[in-house]
Amino acid sequence: MAVISVENLTHTYSAGTPFEQTAIRDVSVTLTQGESIFVLGHTGSGKSTFVQHLNALLQPTRGTVRIDGEDINKDKISRRDVKRRVGLVFQYPEYQLFEETVAEDIAFGPKNMKLSKEEINERVREAAGFVGVEESLFSRSPLELSGGQKRRVAIAGVIAMRPEVLILDEPTAGLDPIGSRTIMENIRNYREKSGATVLVVSHNMDDAARYCERLIVFDHGSIRMDGTPEQVFAHTEELMDVGLNVPKAAEIAAALRKRGVPLEGAVFTHDQLLRALRRAGEVTSC
Amino acid sequence: MGAIVEFEHVTFRYPEESRDILCDICLSIEKGSFTAVLGHNGSGKSTLAKHMNGILLPTQGKVFVAGLCTADEDRILEIRHTVGMVFQNPDNQIVANVVEEDVAFAPENLGVPSEEIRQRVDDALRLVDMYEYRRHAPHLLSGGQKQRVAIAGVLAMQPELIVLDEPTAMLDPKGRAEVISTVQRLCRENGMTVVLITHHMDECIDADRLIVMSNGRIAADGSPAEVFSHVKEMEDEGLDVPETVRIVRDLNDCGFVLPTDLLHTEECADAIAAAVLQRRAAWQS
Repeated sequence: MAVISVENLTHTYSAGTPFEQTAIRDVSVTLTQGESIFVLGHTGSGKSTFVQHLNALLQPTRGTVRIDGEDINKDKISRRDVKRRVGLVFQYPEYQLFEETVAEDIAFGPKNMKLSKEEINERVREAAGFVGVEESLFSRSPLELSGGQKRRVAIAGVIAMRPEVLILDEPTAGLDPIGSRTIMENIRNYREKSGATVLVVSHNMDDAARYCERLIVFDHGSIRMDGTPEQVFAHTEELMDVGLNVPKAAEIAAALRKRGVPLEGAVFTHDQLLRALRRAGEVTSC
Repeated sequence: MGAIVEFEHVTFRYPEESRDILCDICLSIEKGSFTAVLGHNGSGKSTLAKHMNGILLPTQGKVFVAGLCTADEDRILEIRHTVGMVFQNPDNQIVANVVEEDVAFAPENLGVPSEEIRQRVDDALRLVDMYEYRRHAPHLLSGGQKQRVAIAGVLAMQPELIVLDEPTAMLDPKGRAEVISTVQRLCRENGMTVVLITHHMDECIDADRLIVMSNGRIAADGSPAEVFSHVKEMEDEGLDVPETVRIVRDLNDCGFVLPTDLLHTEECADAIAAAVLQRRAAWQS
């Protein structure tokens, strides 16, 4: 059970210099094992700074981050241990592939954990399976793969450490719709099979509507909203106000309601919109 | 209006590779038009863009920019003045420590007299709505602001065509909206020819023309309404269609009779609301 609790977290970059900038201020939040969370917010809202605290990549200026009650910044050993339990996939992770073969690249994390050869091989196969990287690619150079494949290899490298919490910073940026969908489904698959907590930093509202149970919205270094997609997407204007938007289906639903079409319940995905419209039009033919 | 860019049977492959990235492309871009190019990763759309100002040269065939062949080394500078490029990552395109110096970089290199540079920089920054930020440090701007500065840097060269290669891929929704509305304004109000390469369907709906690339070929070419009405073909290409088109398609499958060329939320909502309310009235009477 990995429960992460963040208490009064503040982070100031370049403290004490003229460039001093507080990226997040007094953030408190609890993340429960197995949750699937999207972290949203405009550029510079502090969401990347926030997630980088969850595996001690950044240390708080003030406040604490605990995993199962233990301060992850207590000492060097805690800081090292948390990196195995909380895996972080950066933006454009494909630029960080560096080994000669796909298999070696995925094995890099487990190797550093000083696992046996068999265990490493087992984990490489398992992680590759989660992201749909076929074994026939194992001996290839990562540089020969397509952009989407490279990114999946990079994600597999983190999954191979079997993190209890998996954090991905904009995992679909720059990918086409099919590539994006494949990656989001790979991530969902990992969560369902492993029971891990998954945090995705994203700008994509349609993905947020489709793939998560909880949305945390950052604005100017603080948490502005925290709730289910239904709760958060009901606040169209507030989202626009913080530089975000709502899923397209929610936008259409709002325009329809303005025109007097009675749509029942929360509507922010295509299927919900279709269902609500069929009910509103009393269409029973399909 | 005439063409600003013409592709004549262009095929491109990288040396020592066996696959053609572009296969026999014939295409002409009208002056003053707004063309969007969609396609999955690896479809050849960025390669197409890089042929428009001679960054890449065709393996076979020819590309003409304002009548000049891009393979003509003596004219390449003229071609690059004619066609400005904006890329995905704003941080890789900014060279100076002050916004206005960054925008002045290209005209300075072109040897433009200094008073004219001042004028061009001010004009360019006003066009992208960043004039107030002229004395700011670029690295402290948001992604959308940085991309607009990059666009201003291109405008200061006074090109006839701007090619933007996924300019919004790294931006948040607000930044995306800023960049897209800036680009639209440049085309509609200032007569700039625009080619926008993107993955985002909703950035294409206001274009005059939408080209879909697939495996190095042009798979579809027409108005956005025409192209998006082929929902199944688009999905087969691994692309989405806007939610407005999908919902209308699915409602029509359930017995509605709605026009299939509604791309904007407002017009789509008008048509659906009218149909639904009419049905309810009929049901109740």
